[in-house]
Amino acid sequence: MSRFKRKTEKGVQKINTASLPDIIFMLLFFFMVTTVMRETSLKVKINSPTATEIKKLEKKSLVSFIYVGQPLPSLQKIYGTEPRIQLNDVFATTADIRDFISSEREQMDELEQKQMTVSLKIDKDTKMGIVTDIKQELRKASALKINYSSRKKYTE
Amino acid sequence: MARRELSEINAGSMADIAFLLLIFFLVATTMDIDTGLSRLLPPMPEEDQQDDQSEIRERNVFVVLINKDDQLFVEKEVVDISELKELTKEFIMNPQNKSNLSEKRVDYVDFFGEVDISKGVISLQNDIGTSYGKYIEVQNELAAAVNELRNELTMQKFGRKFEDLDPLKPSESDIIEAVKKVIPMAISEAEPKKIGGN
Repeated sequence: MSRFKRKTEKGVQKINTASLPDIIFMLLFFFMVTTVMRETSLKVKINSPTATEIKKLEKKSLVSFIYVGQPLPSLQKIYGTEPRIQLNDVFATTADIRDFISSEREQMDELEQKQMTVSLKIDKDTKMGIVTDIKQELRKASALKINYSSRKKYTE
Repeated sequence: MARRELSEINAGSMADIAFLLLIFFLVATTMDIDTGLSRLLPPMPEEDQQDDQSEIRERNVFVVLINKDDQLFVEKEVVDISELKELTKEFIMNPQNKSNLSEKRVDYVDFFGEVDISKGVISLQNDIGTSYGKYIEVQNELAAAVNELRNELTMQKFGRKFEDLDPLKPSESDIIEAVKKVIPMAISEAEPKKIGGN
């Protein structure tokens, strides 16, 4: 009855790992495709407000960001604790917004310039005074499509 | 010269290399999709242009004001934010044709025929000291009111929710445009003006 002879010599059977690279590659490609590299490093603290009626922002290349919030704790010694505007990588004032918009616009395709959207990433504790100033500047720069960046609010 | 056998490349370390790259992309990835409330700002008026706001009659303007202490006033009365949506819906639709709520005009719109369209405009005003969080909360309630009205309309007419319509399908994008005409999202973010007393 050799059929039922136990294979005592062999330990745990080895798992075939030949397809492991394929699986890893698949994951790798997934992440490579979905990755969007962070272009700017935030210098302000932003705690976005929440909302329920939000829409997704399409086409990242047409979106410019304006950040407003308190400077990070490590920068507060230099810049204070009042909310500041950040454009690209530097702190700015409302007077710089128009130049910022026109330089962003130049980088875009001419046909797409009309669809340009400005996303306002603003901390929810910021006062409206600064936001209104920004909105006025955007109107002067005729960048009229804006988006109040906010997170999804989940209601019970 | 002795012919050597073509030796196979050892692919055993391939997984390790791929792992390394994978971990790099995992760390570098930001998955957050940007979301938010989209709005269209009014264009800057020309210098010599006259103010044409006087054409809008007072009953057609729904004044929502947030003061510097984040208190909400609707038509000069203190209101809790939970009531804002219903008030807005009532103002736009004006089901009982009250004389202090918005007027209507009759117009022809595809799919709907002759319909009443509200002339109402929501005017959202704020103070310099209003917090941004509160402002967005109010904006959200106003948008929710309009979206709910649109949902009710499409539910009645087509048995589907407005937000489920796909703008990429030509047949449905026409419906979306028509619904937007019947119930316009008329939210005006007021020009900044100095309100005394702070």
